[in-house]
Amino acid sequence: MRQIHVPTLPVLENVLGLSDEIVKNMLARMVLIRTAEEHIAQSVLEKQVFTPCHLYIGQEADAVGVCQALRDTDYVFSTHRSHGHFLAKGGKIEDLFAEIYCRETGCSGGRGGSMHLCDPKIGLLGSSSIVAGCLGIGLGPAFKSKLMGLDNVSVIFHGDCVPEEGVWHEALNFAAVKKLPVIFVCENNLYAASAALADRRVDDNIFEVAAAHGLPTEIVDGNDIFAVHKAATEAVQRARNGEGPQYIETRTYRWLGHVGPFDNIKEGLRDINELNFWKERCPIRNLERKLIETGVMTEQETEALHERTRKIVEDAQAKAVAASKPAPETLLHNVYRREV
Amino acid sequence: MKEERLLTYGDAINEGHRIALRNDPACFVIGQGVNNPWFVGRTTTGLMEEFGPMRIMDSPVSEAAMTGACIGAAMAGMKPIVFHPRMDFMYLTLDQVVNHCASWHYMFNGKVNVPVVIRGIVNRGGEQGAQHSQSPFGVYANIPGLKVVAPATPKDAKGLLIAAVNDPDPVIYIDDRWLYDSVGDVPEGDYETPIGKANVLKTGTDVTVVAASFMVKEAMKAAAELESEGVSCEVVDLRTLKPVDMDTVNTSVAKTGRAVVSIAEWAFASVTDSVTKGIYEANFGRLKSPVRTVTLPDCPAPASKSLEAAYYIYAKDIVKAVKETFR
Repeated sequence: MRQIHVPTLPVLENVLGLSDEIVKNMLARMVLIRTAEEHIAQSVLEKQVFTPCHLYIGQEADAVGVCQALRDTDYVFSTHRSHGHFLAKGGKIEDLFAEIYCRETGCSGGRGGSMHLCDPKIGLLGSSSIVAGCLGIGLGPAFKSKLMGLDNVSVIFHGDCVPEEGVWHEALNFAAVKKLPVIFVCENNLYAASAALADRRVDDNIFEVAAAHGLPTEIVDGNDIFAVHKAATEAVQRARNGEGPQYIETRTYRWLGHVGPFDNIKEGLRDINELNFWKERCPIRNLERKLIETGVMTEQETEALHERTRKIVEDAQAKAVAASKPAPETLLHNVYRREV
Repeated sequence: MKEERLLTYGDAINEGHRIALRNDPACFVIGQGVNNPWFVGRTTTGLMEEFGPMRIMDSPVSEAAMTGACIGAAMAGMKPIVFHPRMDFMYLTLDQVVNHCASWHYMFNGKVNVPVVIRGIVNRGGEQGAQHSQSPFGVYANIPGLKVVAPATPKDAKGLLIAAVNDPDPVIYIDDRWLYDSVGDVPEGDYETPIGKANVLKTGTDVTVVAASFMVKEAMKAAAELESEGVSCEVVDLRTLKPVDMDTVNTSVAKTGRAVVSIAEWAFASVTDSVTKGIYEANFGRLKSPVRTVTLPDCPAPASKSLEAAYYIYAKDIVKAVKETFR
């Protein structure tokens, strides 16, 4: 397999000239995701949380960089690894924690769990734990936009194993033929559960295969939030302008194993040197360094941000712990909108 | 008395589409061969001319993506009708339909509903063989979150399609090409056949024949034949297979004390078996004989006409089963 697109340290050039305030907000959102995931990992270790949690640590720049390019009225579809997308699109931290604790106050009322998050108010119509499941349904709101002459776009986040599923090809071709305003975002973290990319493809060519379906395609450093955001902004613009579907592949890495709080190094599923290589490319720490270097923030301000975020997360967690579990007598509720 | 307005089952489906499309600009139609009479008969003929290519669309041969796109559009508030000219190809969509469409409203605690109509056409016979002949009613009826309808008459073919489009939940609408030329009274204009309500098509006193889709037509033929032999059949057309209207079925069986259930499907783990179970549960002490069922033999559909003749079920099979309930 070709060894391509292994990023150097993130360049982190503010190419779109975002204001300091916007950049600080993007950092804050990444820190929120990171902090939430660390607390969730701890809750799993402490056996307070049982729903299978697929943690997003290491990939924060992808969700935040893309969602920053979206309006509230744009749609997002996500996967089993959905916490980051939920928070990046504007979901409430309390709603997330309550769902992870499977409480009735959760965003899915305790019926979904970690992998099935939803908030129509922010355009998140749901996340699916079936690999490639959202490749079909995620086309839907874009189909609506096309048929009704609206300018909302739909973003379908998916992992690098999804191009191995047939519906990926169907969805790209369908979107291209119907010129749907949909942005496919492939977060390539190099692993499908424990299977490495090289064991699953003959080449490091997801973006090339996407391009063969007729989609404008870009591959970016997924640890560089400016690069992700620029690619997303341009793709969203083209999609809104009626230029049809777009494809972005981000090259990233998840620091923890496929599911749960462990890094799976001692089980031999990954190499410690590889993990350390990617930790050096931390999307948050490198951005903080850059902002401190360029005088946008001080070291104290970044520390205060982490402290503030920790309190927000712990408050949400405490509310989740205190909330009620769904009552057994509600078991059969909401199978249908209209019971016969 | 108002004069009857006779229409074929196929034309009634076409009219149902027109009403639904006129009623709601969010309604649209997509499927392979939308203008192809070999695929869909006349059921979508002329829709393109009236409603234009933005609302009446052909599709790439991508059952999963096409169906998924319609499910997702419904989540965003559209009213899609996505059709499959042969139900056999709907198996390619099962992930989108079962894991997503059917689960969504429950999994997200009622936050998102999915008002999609997924129309499957049963298209069998003619030596088409195993992969072009199926009618898997039970596959869909087994799934919580789906509603399944299967009209037998032209009136209900139109009324159930309109009801399906108006319904806030996903509806699997199954029509049968063997019924396309059936003629019946079809009211003009906008009306719904209620989902979840069976219909007593013919009253009788001696035996209840419960049927769905094409087998309703055969049950009516069987009833006429048996009538001449002095056996009075009550024919119940299920119309909706999920949720099934056991009240209407059981009211009838309580009266007659005998039942035959007939749907053109494989029997094991089927709608037929579930209805039979429901009859036993409600009428155990009242039944004058065991419930009989008339279903397809437990093998894939064959091609050769000689084997097809042995495979498919008709009025004569219902007549035989009814007679068995009097042994």
